[in-house]
Amino acid sequence: MPRKNDDKRYYLKQTKTYINLKKEVFLEFDHVSKQYNDFLAVDDLSFKVYEGDIFGFLGPNGAGKSTSIRMTLSLIKPTSGKITLLGKNIVNEREETLAQVGALIEKPDFYPYLTAQKNLEILGKISQVQKLSVKIDEVLDLVGLTSRRNSKVKTFSQGMKQRLGIAQTLLHDPKLIILDEPANGLDPQGQVDMRELIVRINKERGITVIISSHILNEVEQICNRMVIINKGKSMVEGNVSELLTGSRMKVSYVTDDNKRTLDLLTNSEFKNNINGIEKEKLTLLIEHESIPKLNDFLSNEGVKVYSIEPIRSLEEYFITMTK
Amino acid sequence: MIKLIQIELYKIFRKPRTYIGFGAIAFIVIVVNLGFLFEGEQLLGFLIESLKDKFLLSGNLINAYTMAFVILNSLWIHLPILISITAGDMISGEANNGTFRLLLTRPISRSKLLAAKFISAWVYTVLLLLFMISFSLILGYLIFGVGDLIVIKSTISILSADDTLWRFGYATIYGILSMTTVTSLSFLLSSLSENSIGPIVGTFAIIVGLTIVSTLGYALIGPAIPYLFTTYLPSWDLFFTMELNTAKLTHAIYVNLAYTIAFITFTFYYFKNKDILS
Repeated sequence: MPRKNDDKRYYLKQTKTYINLKKEVFLEFDHVSKQYNDFLAVDDLSFKVYEGDIFGFLGPNGAGKSTSIRMTLSLIKPTSGKITLLGKNIVNEREETLAQVGALIEKPDFYPYLTAQKNLEILGKISQVQKLSVKIDEVLDLVGLTSRRNSKVKTFSQGMKQRLGIAQTLLHDPKLIILDEPANGLDPQGQVDMRELIVRINKERGITVIISSHILNEVEQICNRMVIINKGKSMVEGNVSELLTGSRMKVSYVTDDNKRTLDLLTNSEFKNNINGIEKEKLTLLIEHESIPKLNDFLSNEGVKVYSIEPIRSLEEYFITMTK
Repeated sequence: MIKLIQIELYKIFRKPRTYIGFGAIAFIVIVVNLGFLFEGEQLLGFLIESLKDKFLLSGNLINAYTMAFVILNSLWIHLPILISITAGDMISGEANNGTFRLLLTRPISRSKLLAAKFISAWVYTVLLLLFMISFSLILGYLIFGVGDLIVIKSTISILSADDTLWRFGYATIYGILSMTTVTSLSFLLSSLSENSIGPIVGTFAIIVGLTIVSTLGYALIGPAIPYLFTTYLPSWDLFFTMELNTAKLTHAIYVNLAYTIAFITFTFYYFKNKDILS
């Protein structure tokens, strides 16, 4: 059910989506650290998630993502710093803040000896959800598990468990959902379905989403903002498209004669952009706005360009930032 | 809170392992009763051989009370194991299954959740004990009927049939208290562990270990023995003497209460501040 309008969010009936005119900070990490004995898992981490964001939380294994997410959900206490959710301190006002959050952390684990319906009933009762049976019908329908509601969870595939995991995050009408590796263990179609589901939840229900993921393509496709962390520190935070277009990207060219093209480029103003030849494709590191100029140059030299493919994606950016 | 307890009890009684305890007790009670049915005269004859010279023994000496008394004697051995299968799984089982993440990211205080879990484990303990005693009495009654109970310890007590049932009632209440101490120990170990085997083995190891040390290592820990909860696990039998030793009973109750409070307090303190990494 769409949420009621408030003074900052507007519901568009035609498109059945929400727009945010004035964004509010939903979640803020303010110089947060977590120390385990002599290991510093999170080091002075600061970032902000705004209302309506689909926020990507990226980092290599051991970067401190899971620790940060667990601190957001008060599963782990920060050693120092402050985490606020909707202006409330997560440590001091734990229950009030958790009432606004739905989370799927790592694997979607449920009570395997109980049915999907019973699992949701238990979680709904703990969250004191009103009209629980109606709500369960609604979330099961949303994730496409209505027909399996009376099956025991131990009979579910990984994809079904993942969808049930999403369903439980929505039971209590949260304002923010946190999904830790939501596409883990899903086949390609399952990953596409999961992406679509997340976007629908964000657009149709106006729920802010934080995604921690290793599948960078996924983040690139659905997130509007992101933070990359490494060794517990924030490397970069900002708008995904701005971060990706604001630096040099890797592009591969397939021409009628790659060797001749390479010679031409070597003796041109683009010589510093040459990256090499990979799998019979000529690769260049070039600014986004310089590509038309390069195309004009090759065209004037009589080179036939069969394809231009941007390789530099979030993966490249991620590796650059976390090296 | 009531809703949380209902949820925890529902989870306990939907797990097949919960019924291991009831099944094991039913098996023990049936085997002991059948054993006495077929070999009872020899078994009893061996026990009362020395009494025959001084007493004239007649009547139904193998009866429901004898059966229940014999079965209660095994209370301190097998009941802690059966209790720890469930109580030891209450916290560590959630950690092992990964369901703690689901529960603790809900808007509910850790203390309330823990309290609901402990109360549910305690309800299970009480049900298990009540089942053991009532099933022993009922099956013994159906097979042997009722009669006087002869209790041979350092003294011999011959308790008439009309003077026995209340003793089982009080012994049950005491048994609940001592098994609550075992439940709280198992619960504490469960909060420290990420799998269920640790608390089960740990509970049993502590009980058996302390009992052995108390028996064999008197010179080493002699002064501590009156303050160990294991010393008082079999103290339910204090109700089966002609004269009740109220001083010893009171001490046993205080020791059990002190350990129970200490175990629960530590569990709550530890769990409230614990980082959930499972």
